[in-house]
Amino acid sequence: MAYEQFYHAIKVDESLCYGCTHCMYVCPTGAIRIRNGKASIRKEWCVDCGECKKSCPVDAFYIEQDDFDKIYDFKYRVALVPAVMIGQFPSNISESEIFSVMRELGFTHVFQTEHTVDVINDAMLLQARMAEDKPLISSFCPAVVRLIQVKFPSLTDQIIRVMSPVDASAIFFRKKLQDAGIPDEEIGIFYVTPCAAKIAGIKSQVSDRKSPLNGVINMDFLYNKVYHGIKNRAGRSSRSPGENLPNLGPKHISWSLTNGEAPYMKGRCLAIDEIHNVIDFLERVESEEITDVDFLELRACDESCAGGVLVVGNRFLTVERLRKRAALFKDIHGIPEDLEPYHDYLMNRLTIPTPEPRSMLVLDEDRAVAIRKMQQVRKLMCYLPGIDCAACGAPNCESLARDIVQKEAQLSSCIFIQRTMEKHKKLHGDHAIRIIEKTWGKDRLDKDCTKLGAKDEGT
Amino acid sequence: MGAMEFRYEVEGGNFSKAGHASSAVKKILKQLNVDARIIKRVVVALYEGEVNVVAHAHKGHILVNINEDEIGISIIDQGPGIPDIDLAMQEGFSTASAAVREMGFGAGMGLPNMKKNTDNFEIESQVGVGTTVRMTTRLS
Ligand SMILES: Nc1ncnc2c1ncn2[C@@H]1O[C@H](COP(=O)(O)OP(=O)(O)OP(=O)(O)O)[C@@H](O)[C@H]1O
Ligand code: SF4
Ligand SMILES: [Mg+2]
Repeated sequence: MAYEQFYHAIKVDESLCYGCTHCMYVCPTGAIRIRNGKASIRKEWCVDCGECKKSCPVDAFYIEQDDFDKIYDFKYRVALVPAVMIGQFPSNISESEIFSVMRELGFTHVFQTEHTVDVINDAMLLQARMAEDKPLISSFCPAVVRLIQVKFPSLTDQIIRVMSPVDASAIFFRKKLQDAGIPDEEIGIFYVTPCAAKIAGIKSQVSDRKSPLNGVINMDFLYNKVYHGIKNRAGRSSRSPGENLPNLGPKHISWSLTNGEAPYMKGRCLAIDEIHNVIDFLERVESEEITDVDFLELRACDESCAGGVLVVGNRFLTVERLRKRAALFKDIHGIPEDLEPYHDYLMNRLTIPTPEPRSMLVLDEDRAVAIRKMQQVRKLMCYLPGIDCAACGAPNCESLARDIVQKEAQLSSCIFIQRTMEKHKKLHGDHAIRIIEKTWGKDRLDKDCTKLGAKDEGT
Repeated sequence: MGAMEFRYEVEGGNFSKAGHASSAVKKILKQLNVDARIIKRVVVALYEGEVNVVAHAHKGHILVNINEDEIGISIIDQGPGIPDIDLAMQEGFSTASAAVREMGFGAGMGLPNMKKNTDNFEIESQVGVGTTVRMTTRLS
């Protein structure tokens, strides 16, 4: 395919993966196959939503991150922190404690990403006023943007072309430091990310549009470091409170939660979270069954970013804490003082290009060939049993049929077809075992009492 | 190279299932690398046709024929039929019941939209027997 491949941040640790079907079943784009007893992810189909990682019984998925020491490549080290980070700490731990520990860990500045929300909201409203196709879709969640690119390519035009608060905050903070006389190469801006999609979004930006960020730090990693830091100095008097940071108001605190954006857009606005719900709704939008909605806030995670794959805290508790905080700071509105002079500077830089459609569904670029392939798939489906058991290493019978047609699997990968072939003496029993081993790994059918749930589990 | 045939059943009165044929066809056309705008037109026309069977007839079925160049769709129903087709084709004409309007249908735009979104549109109807709509759209 002509498209540049997606970078994706979710990886399989082959030493941990023992080859089961959980991830393959939950993957919303059907991007996972089992080969040689390990999960393998199809790069161009993966949208980095993190469902696989959430479903893995042995935690074999990991999310690539930059080495923490990379921050020391820079003299000025800025951490961009989203509100959900704060929401994970018990409420007796204050924001300033968290931020001061972050400074002790090596950051020279901490900035909360949602401070730029009001500017972003203005830009979104402006685009919404001029839009022809409805509903407009928020560009906030990078996993949703990718989902639309691969699965709903006809809707890419409806994605609002305004960058996320993180990128806007990075642009602002860099400019602010530059204006203070700091050379660009001394400024390192790092985002503390709740999700893999954001990492992938940063790394796969096309080369002529350099990311305003220098790196990403996984939220679970930093959370552990910060929590550890707070615990260890508890009781000690030598606190370094650092400069007091401006507080976020209720709109900003809630922005990354479900129904964070929708109340601030015009017309009929809906907020939908969890990727399967999002897919379901987009199917209807694409069929034009839904035409009288103006704006869609779509988030890949259940409970939006509070349910991000790198968020350690329970998502419902995180939401509860943030909502309480929002109520506490109900009188805070608008952007912080230091951001005000940069409002127009930012406004002029918030627009991003329409994401390119990259359909994963096309059987072949050539329609005649595509039709032939579809006919083959339908014919194969006459023979496959329709059990969708995934024992072939594909998530369901139809995926196997497509894989066969695309020459990535064989009909004999289906264990039921194997039985039939054995019965008709077309396949030797030993050969059948070899086929299974090719999918599920060598010696997979041997007795093993150390596997999960078995007699000597874990030994 | 041959053509592909697909068949879908439509149940009168069941609005929750209206749209299943059009989303299935949408899925097929996406796999065949058909331009998104053309898919949209086909899907809109088919969806309106499905809804008409659900809203106005007792039951029906849809036959879809796809080859390299075009998609042909026949929507065949058993139902009351349409006494005056020219009138039914007018924008805004509707006999939809209050209950149907309640659900957001009944603007009298379905048939005109089907005609507008297809390259070829034919409708036949026999009162007391049923209605057949045939539409074709070129795929490139
Ligand atoms: N399959 C059918 N069987 C019987 N009558 C039909 C059928 N399709 C359309 N009609 C008649 O033609 C009229 C106009 O149809 P059309 O689809 O344009 O509008 P509608 O269905 O009333 O409203 P809308 O499609 O805008 O929701 C209908 O109100 C109905 O009286
Ligand atoms: S909902 Fe938030 S955490 Fe989840 S993928 Fe989208 S942006 Fe990332
Ligand atoms: Mg109608």
